[in-house]
Amino acid sequence: MEWNIPLFEGQLIYLASIKPDKDAEIESRWTHDAGYQRLLGTDLVRPLSPAQIRKIYTEIEKEIDEKGNQFYFTIRRLPHVMNAESSGNGAGDLLGFIRLDRIEWSQGVGSVSLGIGESIERGKGYGSDALRLLLRYAFGELNLFRLAAVVPEYNQAALRLFEKAGFKVEARQREALHRAGSRWDIIRLGLLREEWEMR
Amino acid sequence: MVNPNRSNKQWESPMNVPLFQGELVRLIAPEPQLAAGLHTRWMRDSEFVRLLDTDPARLLSVDKNKEWYEKNLVEEQKNDELFLLIQTLEEDRTIGLIGLDGIRWTHGDAWVGIGLGEREYLGKGFGTDAMRILLRYAFEELNLHRLSLSVFEYNPRAIRSYEKVGFIVEGSARQFLNRDGQRYDMIFMGILREEWEKR
Repeated sequence: MEWNIPLFEGQLIYLASIKPDKDAEIESRWTHDAGYQRLLGTDLVRPLSPAQIRKIYTEIEKEIDEKGNQFYFTIRRLPHVMNAESSGNGAGDLLGFIRLDRIEWSQGVGSVSLGIGESIERGKGYGSDALRLLLRYAFGELNLFRLAAVVPEYNQAALRLFEKAGFKVEARQREALHRAGSRWDIIRLGLLREEWEMR
Repeated sequence: MVNPNRSNKQWESPMNVPLFQGELVRLIAPEPQLAAGLHTRWMRDSEFVRLLDTDPARLLSVDKNKEWYEKNLVEEQKNDELFLLIQTLEEDRTIGLIGLDGIRWTHGDAWVGIGLGEREYLGKGFGTDAMRILLRYAFEELNLHRLSLSVFEYNPRAIRSYEKVGFIVEGSARQFLNRDGQRYDMIFMGILREEWEKR
């Protein structure tokens, strides 16, 4: 593999840091979409104000500084994609986030999660593009050995996204979620460095 | 008005069940000074450390451990965690630790952890007894729906104990651990309330 391929630039999107003021406004709007929050995972679903979101950003950045066991990127549309998309969603270039956390350096492991906040922007390949960059970052830059992903059973799009990227289903935690009056499994996936290299 | 069909259920006697006591052990709240002394000694035993969790083994002073107990169990009494010590009924000897963390109240799920620091009590049913107490507490008092745990591939004694109380293997994170240059799986197990009730 070439050593000088851009790490943070994909075909449709690029990975960038948080821009607290602008992003918080948009992300606050996304938290008012309970469907989005339920897709993300197990956290309590609740609307958050921009001020609350900014506090979360501060906490994330504090944790990154103090513990050094995670990376957080915003997913942003590349300019040429921005121009091609006629229907602006008012969000500017922000599409979502991708996060690599629970890194245990001694074991060489970490965990990936991502979200495309604007529902009309899902299914357009932005998540796949971001995940491809993150995998290269995790294996090619951080030299991790394996990655995990945790997906609620009802998020079939996420399951397909991870499987397409090479992840294998490793465990099902039966009825670990209680959402909308039903019990759902949590699906745990894993990807080893050697599996990623063979692709 | 008395309902004649109502079962003659005694609510007083179940209320008096010694919830924190089993056949061999009882669970007690850790007093920081005592707990820190034991913890410091147990952490010198690298087998204990490598069976307990994925963190790298390291040595901390009694004072540092005491600080941890004071901060985490006294100053910040978290609603999503429970940390107890295991004490023998016969000799009042404190032999290990047990607890819940990541309690997700809305989903009724929590992670269980247990470790026996005093080697001579391993493999004699003390851990299994402590786990039974914790399961009863989790299901009958906390009204949880399921419990999760993770255990390392090289710890068959623990796996047998968990199976004895009703946990089922739900999958494994392949090659999660790196110990002395060799990789091992981390196995996930779970038990549902209904499985526990049927026993």
